[in-house]
Amino acid sequence: MSDKKAPSIAGSPNAFPKGNGVTRRDFLNEITMGALGIAGLGSVAVTYQYFSPNVLFEPSTTFRAGNPDLYPVHSLTFLQDQQVYIVRMQEGFYAVSAVCTHLGCITQWKPEADTIACPCHGSKFKPDGVKIEGPAPRPLPHFAISLTADGELLVDKLQIIKPSQVLRV
Amino acid sequence: MTTTFHSALQSLRETKVWKSIFRRGPANTNRTRSLAVFGNLFLHWLPVKVREKSLRVRASYYLGSISFLLFIVLFVTGILLMFYYHPAAPHAYRDMKDLQFVVSNGVFLRNLHRLAAHLMVFAVFWHMFHVFYRGGYKPPHEFNWVIGVVLLLVTLFLSYTGYLLPWDQLAFWAVTVGTNIISAMPFIGNKVRFLLLGGNIVGENALLRFYVLHVVILPLVAFVLIGIHFWRVQKDGGLTVKPKDEDGKE
Repeated sequence: MSDKKAPSIAGSPNAFPKGNGVTRRDFLNEITMGALGIAGLGSVAVTYQYFSPNVLFEPSTTFRAGNPDLYPVHSLTFLQDQQVYIVRMQEGFYAVSAVCTHLGCITQWKPEADTIACPCHGSKFKPDGVKIEGPAPRPLPHFAISLTADGELLVDKLQIIKPSQVLRV
Repeated sequence: MTTTFHSALQSLRETKVWKSIFRRGPANTNRTRSLAVFGNLFLHWLPVKVREKSLRVRASYYLGSISFLLFIVLFVTGILLMFYYHPAAPHAYRDMKDLQFVVSNGVFLRNLHRLAAHLMVFAVFWHMFHVFYRGGYKPPHEFNWVIGVVLLLVTLFLSYTGYLLPWDQLAFWAVTVGTNIISAMPFIGNKVRFLLLGGNIVGENALLRFYVLHVVILPLVAFVLIGIHFWRVQKDGGLTVKPKDEDGKE
């Protein structure tokens, strides 16, 4: 404003005190890199969400297995479409997964040996899912089984229950 | 005849059009020949001079070149197969069968793609063993060795994603088993499997995802890495050749 030399630092090229060592260039670089970093993280998050489908066109995990009278006592029935064994013992019903816990192959019931056997890598299970041998790390899980209001068996493949739980009819 | 051809080529190289494309006149001295390699996008990562020793069959068995040639075969046949293939159920299986029985030369192209893929896995593994037993991973080649290992993984992953595309029982169970192996990873296994399949089962989403990986993403990654791989061979001083032993024999 005036032609006197300003003694203060305001408005001069050296306006920023050099004490903290941050130059304008450093400051702008950090701001830019920070903004790019945040934008990058955001893109990763958005892409991750994009790749996780919200609606799946997959078969229902709950299904009706028909009237209990279809299954004789002391029987094991393989439901191929659902990949589930319906077992009826003296004490009641239970539903055992037919998907091998090793790598997901479909096991087969061998009545002559009284075992469930996997054709892929030779795992063997008892009819109640307990592992006998083979590379399978876990027994076959039991699915929740209940009766509908009109008296049919209902199996929920998302609900895994303890093997001791049996549906008495 | 040869002389006429050569003089015709020579006068072609003197034309303005040739010079504007290749940025130089005839390559008639060592210097201009070198410049011709340096100045060409497709040649500049290759060495200007090669030791005669490294061109002998025993020096490399040309395994890297064979792998690259198979990659080019797969690239070309793969693009041709894409003209008849829909990555959706139930078309995928039918299209594969159409290629076998209906499309002219379809079975030839499909088998060429399939066999070249098997051979490429074989050639890349052999190339890796050869480089390993030659000590080709030692300085200054360590970085290129790592690139090579990644290229081996890309090759295997290309094979694996291509395996699902016929959409038959073999494909379905191979991918079911393979993705269940992925889910054995601690903590993130199930999530990675879900993202890779786009669901909980090997279904249409999985087919489409594997297709995109197989025809776009992995080939792009492979192309870039192959470029770096070739360029580094030259920058690291050419192929590793066996030094002479005490008798002066190789």
